[in-house]
Amino acid sequence: MIHKMANQRIIPVGPYHPLQEEPELFKLYCEGETVKDIKWETGYNHRGIEKLSESKTFEQVFFLVERICGICSTSHPFAYANCMEEIAQVEPPNRAKYIRSIVGELERLHSHYLWLGLAGHFLGYNTVWMWAWKYREPILDLFEIISGNRNSYAMFKIGGVRRDVTGDQIALARKTMRDLKKKNDLLTKAVTDDPVIHARTKGVGTLTKADVMDYAAVGPTARASGWAIDVRRDDPYAAYDMVDWKVITADDGDVFAKTQVRLLENYESIKIIEQCLDGLEKEPEGDIELKVKEIPEGIGTGRAEAPRGEVFHFVKTDGSNSPVRHKIRAPSYVNIATFKKACVGQTISDATISLAAVDPCYCCTERMAFAYDWHSGDKIYDGNQLVERSRKETERLKNTL
Amino acid sequence: MKKQTFLENMREQLPQGVIQTGQIRDNRFVIDIEPAALLTIAGYLYHTLKYRFIIASAFHTKKGFEIMYHFSDDAAGNIINLHVILPQDQPEIESLTHMLSGANWIEREMREILGITFRNHPEPEKLISDGNWAEGVYPYRKNFK
Amino acid sequence: MGLKSFCLKKSLWVYHFAGASCNNCDIEILDVLTPRYDVERFGMQLVGSPRHADVILISGSINQRDKPRLKEVYHQASKPVFVVAFGACGCTGGVFAEGITFAGPVDQIVPVDAYIPGCPPKPEAMISGLSKLMQTI
Repeated sequence: MIHKMANQRIIPVGPYHPLQEEPELFKLYCEGETVKDIKWETGYNHRGIEKLSESKTFEQVFFLVERICGICSTSHPFAYANCMEEIAQVEPPNRAKYIRSIVGELERLHSHYLWLGLAGHFLGYNTVWMWAWKYREPILDLFEIISGNRNSYAMFKIGGVRRDVTGDQIALARKTMRDLKKKNDLLTKAVTDDPVIHARTKGVGTLTKADVMDYAAVGPTARASGWAIDVRRDDPYAAYDMVDWKVITADDGDVFAKTQVRLLENYESIKIIEQCLDGLEKEPEGDIELKVKEIPEGIGTGRAEAPRGEVFHFVKTDGSNSPVRHKIRAPSYVNIATFKKACVGQTISDATISLAAVDPCYCCTERMAFAYDWHSGDKIYDGNQLVERSRKETERLKNTL
Repeated sequence: MKKQTFLENMREQLPQGVIQTGQIRDNRFVIDIEPAALLTIAGYLYHTLKYRFIIASAFHTKKGFEIMYHFSDDAAGNIINLHVILPQDQPEIESLTHMLSGANWIEREMREILGITFRNHPEPEKLISDGNWAEGVYPYRKNFK
Repeated sequence: MGLKSFCLKKSLWVYHFAGASCNNCDIEILDVLTPRYDVERFGMQLVGSPRHADVILISGSINQRDKPRLKEVYHQASKPVFVVAFGACGCTGGVFAEGITFAGPVDQIVPVDAYIPGCPPKPEAMISGLSKLMQTI
């Protein structure tokens, strides 16, 4: 299957990523088994959202930024709302703050489960995939009951939220959180106690603290390398300074550390949601929004901690009813670039999980990854075969341990 | 009060090339700088003060091409915006990528959407426009139809 | 009913093409494979190559750069192949239809057999859409 004469091959991974906002094509330059260099091409998913945003009114932009990324469909409106509230200089009522935090944390939970499932899928642990996604369903049901949709929630507006969370919904949320805690225990044990997963993920895709600072990486990618940055703590917004929680970090910077950070963050999210539900019960019902009449001229920067890291929005207004310039920086934009550090020097079978560990791209490798011979252009592996290699590696370790 | 001292400190500490410093909100600062001084000032923020580079936003106005380099001071929760204005006819500025790998993509993106040239960029290939719009078309310019 | 459609009826293999989408549709497509919905009980399976596929499921708006690639994928698929436009963006372009890089809804690029609207469509909608498609075979 492999062209014997050639000593360097190119493996494109991509271009179609369903699970991140910036799909691109990764080309792994390989020599034998080892990845020597990595290059990327983007533009397959460029929708011109920043330009589109200039033609929408401030309220309409919420529905647009929600559709930047389906998984982060609260983080972008969250950052945009923070940004517009900074320009208009208003602060939403406490009830709205609690609801915002609840929605934001529920999103983090479902996103981390989604990631865990797919990472398991890559390692050949389809059971982890099926379990994690099964346990994710109650969160989506809760979303449907709170907001009316499983994925795009449309909960945010300038100065507050669109829908209140009351009576039965609070009770259901409490029950869901209680159940989820048990399931999280189970998954954490299953993943962190497994010797094969240890062997497969420890020391793989390692990023040092200097690397993540150089690439300006954010979120779990940075926290797993010992850089304790979290916008929720550093620049508090919504209800995050009204509840008690802590920033989870790890020091190793490898895939295992990233998994650990995400699993432990789930507990913090559950803790935050439970406290926010307590807070919600103390605030008067219905007090969920401030009327914001007009947006003055100015510039604003808003950030929010998405499941993958800091989302950053910059808006420039001129006193009219739509943005003059709207710059959006999603966390994957900076995290993806760290692949260059994480993958070079690894074997091809480790590259898949190293790419997946940053949490932007798994389905791409599943469906659209092809390996070409560098010289002759013959296809060597397709996506399934790449995943297959990753699984065989796990199988081999399983037998040797 | 603490924030005020922060600004004063900045004014004293910052290397040459600062035109003006200002505060727009409690923890949001704007520093207008000369384009020629970008490397030294960004280097000061990144190396000495250990600020994190977030992203750069470019936009086209009557004054020319404006770029905001956003830096985050995570210990204090501040955002520091370095603001440069580049001339209409020849927008050109030094690339930050050699100092900060994180600036690689955004500089390529700004080149494609607005036609700003980044001198000494190590990898000046197309990032998003290939196949989407032609070379020499800059969709985020004001005169784009 | 010919032999070809008889064979198709029992196990539709699905190739998923994600255009310039927001991932919502894509995660819902994966979601129907997981325990709660489990479409594999109908013999449906996601496959990695269009050459193995009976159905191409297209989600997301299509931008200028995706357009030739979508045509190529359609061309590669062995015929007969059914094309399903998934989600609001797949059906019409949705919120991105006014974007600068938009290259037209899916049905102006390749022939479409079924539309599943929604933003994103619920997994139930996808199962219902695919079962309706099966009835037409």
